[in-house]
Amino acid sequence: MENLKALIQRQSGNIIYRFASIKKLLNFDKILKISLFISAALVLGIVLGFVVTLCVASFDFLKSLGFSSLLKDTWNPLTDEFGASPFIFTTILVSSLSLLLSIPFSLSIAISLSDKKGNKLLQSFLNTSLDLMAAVPSVIYGFWALFTLSPLVRLLQTKLGFAPMGVGLFTAVIVLTIMIIPFSAGISREVIKLVPQELEEAGYSLGATRYEVIRSIILPQAKSGIIAGFILSMGRSLGETMAVTMVIGNFNAFPKNIFSPANTISSLIANQFNEASGLHQSALIFLGLILLVITLLVNLAGAFILKGSRR
Amino acid sequence: MSIKTRKKKDKIFTLLVMFLSILTILPLFLILLYLIKAGFSALNLDLITKVSRPIGERGGALNSIIGTLIISLLATLIATPISVFTGLFIFEYRKKVVSKILNITVRLISGIPSIIIGIVVYLWMVKPLGKYSALSGSVALAIMMIPNTVTSTVETLEMIPIGLREASLALGASFAKNITKVILPLSIPGILTGVLIGLGRIAGETAPLLFTAFGNPFLNLNIMKPMDTLPLLIYNYALSPFEEWHKIAWGASLILIFIVLILNVLAKWIVSKWNR
Repeated sequence: MENLKALIQRQSGNIIYRFASIKKLLNFDKILKISLFISAALVLGIVLGFVVTLCVASFDFLKSLGFSSLLKDTWNPLTDEFGASPFIFTTILVSSLSLLLSIPFSLSIAISLSDKKGNKLLQSFLNTSLDLMAAVPSVIYGFWALFTLSPLVRLLQTKLGFAPMGVGLFTAVIVLTIMIIPFSAGISREVIKLVPQELEEAGYSLGATRYEVIRSIILPQAKSGIIAGFILSMGRSLGETMAVTMVIGNFNAFPKNIFSPANTISSLIANQFNEASGLHQSALIFLGLILLVITLLVNLAGAFILKGSRR
Repeated sequence: MSIKTRKKKDKIFTLLVMFLSILTILPLFLILLYLIKAGFSALNLDLITKVSRPIGERGGALNSIIGTLIISLLATLIATPISVFTGLFIFEYRKKVVSKILNITVRLISGIPSIIIGIVVYLWMVKPLGKYSALSGSVALAIMMIPNTVTSTVETLEMIPIGLREASLALGASFAKNITKVILPLSIPGILTGVLIGLGRIAGETAPLLFTAFGNPFLNLNIMKPMDTLPLLIYNYALSPFEEWHKIAWGASLILIFIVLILNVLAKWIVSKWNR
């Protein structure tokens, strides 16, 4: 009996001692520091992991058909023809057009929001609406456009003598314009706010009207930041998928006119990826890689200019 | 130029800017009005109590509502610790080059097209396992959520008075004590705002889920199996030729936009409360 008691005591002492040593080994400081490092490494690894994964998965396509086959203009998975130039062209066309269309609108709303003498109630209304516009899910924009915008476009097409399809490049550009305005306007708003107030006041004190102050003081001062904002929203519109997929018409060739159906890289992937396998899937993944590299470069350029403008 | 023409120019410019500003936000109200008009008649008990059904049998969106909740909450659970720790890392080592690289990386992640996230997570989790799963959808959404949350964490941490940190360190608090007892409690409202905004963003995402969570007409609670979400249902039903499914999709859109708006309003409320 005595022996057993002693044994238990010794054992429990041992266990306590062991816990103590574990505690010493892995104290809270260390655990926290290690988790910080792991998380940071994970986040750092995401972009690299993305590029590597896509490169590996598109290797099949590059090995058997080569990069040059991508530049042709026939896309037919059944005959292993993967000419993607129409999609690359359409992607760039749609996002440039919507960016151009959005410029007057996002500049106007940024100017209205930065007016220090403006109606505060109206400004907070505009501000909240802009935030809500950014929050509306892409699929709802697409759904709405499909049911209200495309009938209108159909009317326009009949008037102008085109085939009344409703869906196509034009509809996609309009939806995309609506979707990127909150984004570019948001950045312009921030940049215009950064213009020193003294400069503005100096302009007014010299007798300039508000138009003149905006044209010759605010806009030149904020120019590089505003341009950066437009580049960043271009990056966003390049990869926009759902709304575009729903209204662009899913047609695998060069668009013939502004109304004709087409496909961007992202809408092509959304439409075909689930049914694709083998070489077809590999080709789609390679297109995804191209899209990723383009958007990363555009975003880097935008971030770089934005940083320069804040200095 | 006479003062008269200059004033006239100013007037025209002001009116033009005002007109374009109003025109800019007009689509938002067109969308909201149309949603309320088309979605309200579709809102009934069936929508929230029945699962998807073939055409002709009255179905609902219960499976998608539950799927949206599960997938987005799981994504939040994955993304929040990683983002908060990364934010702490950036803040603690803000003078080091690695933090600057991390900052750029976070910005780049937020610029990755959502469909690409779908493809990569498909290659990481769906292809090796051979099946679509809700978990892979959550991982995809978590990646989308990280930039938002990291940025808001770092911004919050930067607003904490340096004196408080110095005081706790001067009292001999360890690195971990300083973070868990002083810094994190103070920054919870800011981090929460970032999480809520991120949650609002991913709850409406479709593209990353197309090749991961995939969608499922049946009610499913197993995260290793395909699962439906509201955006997936809207996408699939909107493109179908059936009037009945369009109606369900409008009802689902109304529910989805309601969820998203509530999350945004909640985030704004926390910010205003915290700033006071």
